[in-house]
Amino acid sequence: MDQAKIEKIKSLPEYQQLVKERTGLAWKLSIAILVVYYGYIMLLAFNPEFFTTIVSGEYVSIGFPIGVAIIVFSFLLTGYYVKKANDDFDELTAKIKKEVE
Amino acid sequence: MNSLFKTLFSFMLLALLPMVAMAAGTIESDGTKVATNWPAISMFVAFVGLTIYITYWAAKRTKSAKDFYAAGGGITGLQNGLAIAGDYMSAASFLGITGMVYLKGYDGLIFAIGFLVGWPIILFLMSERLRNLGKYTFTDVAAYRFKQTPVRVLAAFGSIAVVILYLIAQMVGAGKLIELLFGLDFDYAVVMVGILIIAYVTFGGMLATTWVQIIKAVLLLSGATFIAIAVMYQMDFSFDTLFKTAVEKRDGDMSILFSGGFVSDPINAISLGIALMFGTAGLPHILMRFFTVPDAKEARKSVFYATGFIGYFYILAFIIGFGAVALIVGGEFFADGKLIGGNNMAAIHLSNVIGGDYFLGFISAVAFATILAVVSGLTLAGASAISHDIYANVINKNATEVQETKVARYATIVIGALAIIFGIGFKDQNIAFVVALAFTIAASANFPVLIMSMYWKNMTTRGAVIGGWLGLSSAVIMVLLGPVVWTQILDMGAAIVPYKFPALFTVTIAFIGIWFFSITDKSARAAEDKEGFEAQFIRSQTGIGAEGSSH
Repeated sequence: MDQAKIEKIKSLPEYQQLVKERTGLAWKLSIAILVVYYGYIMLLAFNPEFFTTIVSGEYVSIGFPIGVAIIVFSFLLTGYYVKKANDDFDELTAKIKKEVE
Repeated sequence: MNSLFKTLFSFMLLALLPMVAMAAGTIESDGTKVATNWPAISMFVAFVGLTIYITYWAAKRTKSAKDFYAAGGGITGLQNGLAIAGDYMSAASFLGITGMVYLKGYDGLIFAIGFLVGWPIILFLMSERLRNLGKYTFTDVAAYRFKQTPVRVLAAFGSIAVVILYLIAQMVGAGKLIELLFGLDFDYAVVMVGILIIAYVTFGGMLATTWVQIIKAVLLLSGATFIAIAVMYQMDFSFDTLFKTAVEKRDGDMSILFSGGFVSDPINAISLGIALMFGTAGLPHILMRFFTVPDAKEARKSVFYATGFIGYFYILAFIIGFGAVALIVGGEFFADGKLIGGNNMAAIHLSNVIGGDYFLGFISAVAFATILAVVSGLTLAGASAISHDIYANVINKNATEVQETKVARYATIVIGALAIIFGIGFKDQNIAFVVALAFTIAASANFPVLIMSMYWKNMTTRGAVIGGWLGLSSAVIMVLLGPVVWTQILDMGAAIVPYKFPALFTVTIAFIGIWFFSITDKSARAAEDKEGFEAQFIRSQTGIGAEGSSH
C-alpha cells in the first residue's frame, strides 16, 4: 500500500466511522465478558457461602444457573458482535473498497 | 492417482495390522488384558477407512502451498466453526472435564467456563485482523511489519514448543486410552496414531485435516448429546432428581453441588483464568484455522459457531459428569473403590451403562477419532512453523512454492515421528505439567507478541523479540519451579512458585518487556517498525490487500 492510498483511506469518513465504531464495540464487549468472568471468580473466591444457596427444589444450588448463564452470555455476545459486523461494518468496508479500488 | 490410492491404502493397512494382530493375541492370552472390544474396533476401522478416503479426495485437490496450509482458503464459517470446536474438544477435554465433574462436581463447571470465555475475546479483538493480515500462520501476523528473521524465529519457536508439549499430552493420553478401550498395547497404539496422522497431513494437508476434524466434531457432539439426553430421561428431565441421585450415591455428601476450594486462592484462580483465556488465543493450531476461510466475515462467523458448539458441549459434559456419579453403579466398574481406568473414564463407563457394548464401542471409537483429529491439526501447525516460518522466510527466502510444500511434508514426517517417540518415551511419566506448560507458553510468548503487534503502534522489533523471549523463558522457569514439576515430579519439597499456571506473572513480564524494550528503542529499525503500523492497521481494518481465496 503506497502512502497516497494510505492518506486517501484515512481521510474517508467511512473509514473513520468504521474504525471508531468497531474499536468501541470490540472493547465494550471484551470488558463485559472480562467483568462477568472475573466477577464470577472473585465471588467464588471471596464469598463461597453464596454458592450454597439452593434456588430450585432441594438440590439445585445457585451456581448451576449462574454457570450456564455465563456460557449462554458468551455465546449471545459473540452473536451480537457478528450481527452488528455483518450488518454495519461490512457495508462500510465495501464503501471504502469501492472508493479506493 | 491410482498409485496415490494404493499408497494411502497401504498406510491404512500398516496402521491397522497391529490392531488385528493384537486383538487376535488378546483373545488367546485370556484375561491378561482388557477383553477385546469388537464393536469398538469395527467402528474405529470404519472411521479410519472414511478418513483415508477423505485424505485421498483431499490429496487430489491439494496442489499449491495455499491448499496445503490453508485448505485453499475455501472453508466456510460453519465448517471452520466446527473444525475449531473440534480442535478444542480434544479427548483430554471430553474425558478430562467429564472426569473432573465426576470427581469434584461443580468445580468441573468452573474449569470449563474458563476454557470457554477466551472465545468471545478472540472474536472481538483478533479473528478479523488475523484473517486480514495473515497468510498461513499466526507468525505472518506477528512479524508483519518487523524485521522478519528474529520475530519469525521467536514465534516459530513458541509455536513448535506449544505443539510438541500438546502432542506429548495427546499421545500419552491416546496410548493409555486405546490400551484401555481396545485392549491394544500402548506402543502399538501410539505408532498407529503416528502413522495415520502422517498419512492425513502429508497427503491431504489442511483440507483433509479440517474434514477429519469436522466429522469427528459432529460424531462427538451427537454422541455426547445422546448420553446427556439418556441421563436426563432416566432422571425424568429434572436436575433436582439428577443432583439428588448423585448426592445419594456419594452417601449424602452435598459438597459436589458447591465449589470445593478450587478457587480458594484468588491469585491462583486469576492466574488459571489468564492461562486458559489468553493461552487459547496463542495456540498455533487454532490460530491457523483463521486462514482457511475466504474473508474476515467468514472468520468472525466461525468463532460464533465455535463458541456455540463449545459452550453446548461443556453443558453436555457437565450433565454427563453428574450422570456418571448418579448412574455408574455395580462392581464391574470399580476396582478398590475407584473407577476402573481412573476418573477420566467416567464418560466411557457411563456410555456402557446407557447403551451397552455397541454404544460403548461407538463412544470409544469417537474418543480415538478425537485424538487422531487433534493430533493431525497439531502436526500440521508444527510443520507449518518449520516450513513456512523458518525455511521459507528465514533460511531460503527465495524458496519456490514447490520447495516449501516439500519441506512441509518432510517436516510432517519428522513431527509425526517425534510424536511417536515422545509418546512412548513419556509413557509412564507424570505429564500433567505439559498441558500447564503449553498453555502458559502460548499465553506468555505467542499471545502478547501477536496482540501487541496488531494494536500498539510504538512496538518495535527489539521489544517484540526481548519481550517474547522473556515471556517464554519465564513460563518455562516458573512451571519448572511450580507444584507439579518441583514437588510432584522432582520431589524437592514445597514448590518455589506455588502456582500450577503462573500465567498471571509470566504474561505480565512479557507485556512489560515488550513495552519497555520498545519505548527505549531508538534504532533506525524502530523508526521503520513504527512507520509500518499505519499500512498494517488499514489492512487489518478493511482487508484491502489481504490474501484472497484461491477457489
